[in-house]
Amino acid sequence: MRDFSYLRAGSVDAARQASALPGAMLLAGGTTLIDLAKCGVAEPDTLVDITHLKGLDAITVDDRGATIGALAKMSSIADHADIKSRFPAVSEALWQAASAQIRNMATIGGNLMQRTRCPYFRDRENFPACNKRTPGSGCSAIGGVTRGHAVLGTSEACIATYPGDLAVALVAFDAIVHLGDRQVQVEDFFLLPGTTPDKEHAIQQGEVITAISIPGTPAARRSTYLKVRDRQSYEFAAASAAVGIEFEADGRTIRDLRVALGGVATKPWRARAVEAALKGKVLEADVVRRASLLAMEGAVDHGANHYKIELAPRVVARAILKMGETA
Amino acid sequence: MTNQTTIHLTINGHQHELEIEPRVTLLDALRDHLGLTGTKKGCDQGQCGACTVHVDGQRVLACLTLAAQVEGRAVTTIEGLAEADGTLHAVQAAFLEQDAFQCGYCTPGQIMSAVACIREGHAGSDDEIREYMAGNLCRCGAYPHIVAAVRQAATEVAS
Repeated sequence: MRDFSYLRAGSVDAARQASALPGAMLLAGGTTLIDLAKCGVAEPDTLVDITHLKGLDAITVDDRGATIGALAKMSSIADHADIKSRFPAVSEALWQAASAQIRNMATIGGNLMQRTRCPYFRDRENFPACNKRTPGSGCSAIGGVTRGHAVLGTSEACIATYPGDLAVALVAFDAIVHLGDRQVQVEDFFLLPGTTPDKEHAIQQGEVITAISIPGTPAARRSTYLKVRDRQSYEFAAASAAVGIEFEADGRTIRDLRVALGGVATKPWRARAVEAALKGKVLEADVVRRASLLAMEGAVDHGANHYKIELAPRVVARAILKMGETA
Repeated sequence: MTNQTTIHLTINGHQHELEIEPRVTLLDALRDHLGLTGTKKGCDQGQCGACTVHVDGQRVLACLTLAAQVEGRAVTTIEGLAEADGTLHAVQAAFLEQDAFQCGYCTPGQIMSAVACIREGHAGSDDEIREYMAGNLCRCGAYPHIVAAVRQAATEVAS
């Protein structure tokens, strides 16, 4: 790991100023940044440690929704009683992510800044070509081993999968990132790779994530996060779905539906076509299965990741049907 | 030119002053600067759990934590788990009784993780133990005995 200087921010304003300087990066839980610094992928000149800031880790939940301070740990959000009861998909996405140790370190703000696990991105020595790491250098994944790569939202420059779980649930429920006074929808916070895969987030150097808020809705209250993976725990998703549902008074007709996908796209992926196809319909297994196929509209595989195109709609259908069973 | 900085750490209740580079991880500070080699370096990239320690009572990975970050926080390592008179912690005793290791390299991390797992209330069933201990890999494959040890210790701690 290359040497850097270390600065402990005394306030959010100080963190903004210090991190605005070239070569400076904010350090929170460190589970992505220190890891990538060891790989030689992140090369900060200065780390601005914000973990000692007070008052940025509060979790407040009321009828309007939840507001979670940027420094709240993944573990404390996952175990929070009101998050579990009002936003089950958020809690489930969190406790199924990473390991208990990492969840105790990682903050919700840092979680949004998590980088891809694309092995070519992480291996600078053996794969110099990576447009996300070194713009214009090419993509080693295209034509390489692609089993974990994205089938949605890809470009000719990059097919790296967005690896996280939490943001998938956040996108499903229209959560908002607070960057001090500026607010951005979580869905817009994540950028498609296009021709600039190095630019992953709608955040400027010197901006600090201060909180995440999630509107309280009946669909969020009746929600789940289903994660399918190669091993049962401590593994990234092969395909995952955050699903929330609200029924009409008859308990069968779908009034509101939220569907977002993980493990298959270059960013947390909202599946609006599935939502639109099922709203107003009576929940029936074959109707749900057929509509779930719409989640893969526009999907492009790169050989070994073709299975995701079949897998993801099944995950979506299973999650929707599971929410229907509890009607 | 070196970029040394002075930091003060509280490890197992003892104060230490260190002259280190800011890039030194808590794991390297413990092992190479303080001689506390009970905490193991397995993968050194946050995937195996061998370096698990407690910071303010929470289990974390020492390999992805900078030593400078834990200034002012209480760090507990495997060396700080037993009583002053040498009486083993219930989890340590259970690992011995259940023969919950083979080569022993992952064991300090497993034990630190298990102590926290029980304290968090995530040791309610074998499935829950497996899920919440998933961040600690054992390449010898002693998992069934590890689960038995955690279950035994959880029962003892509760009673």
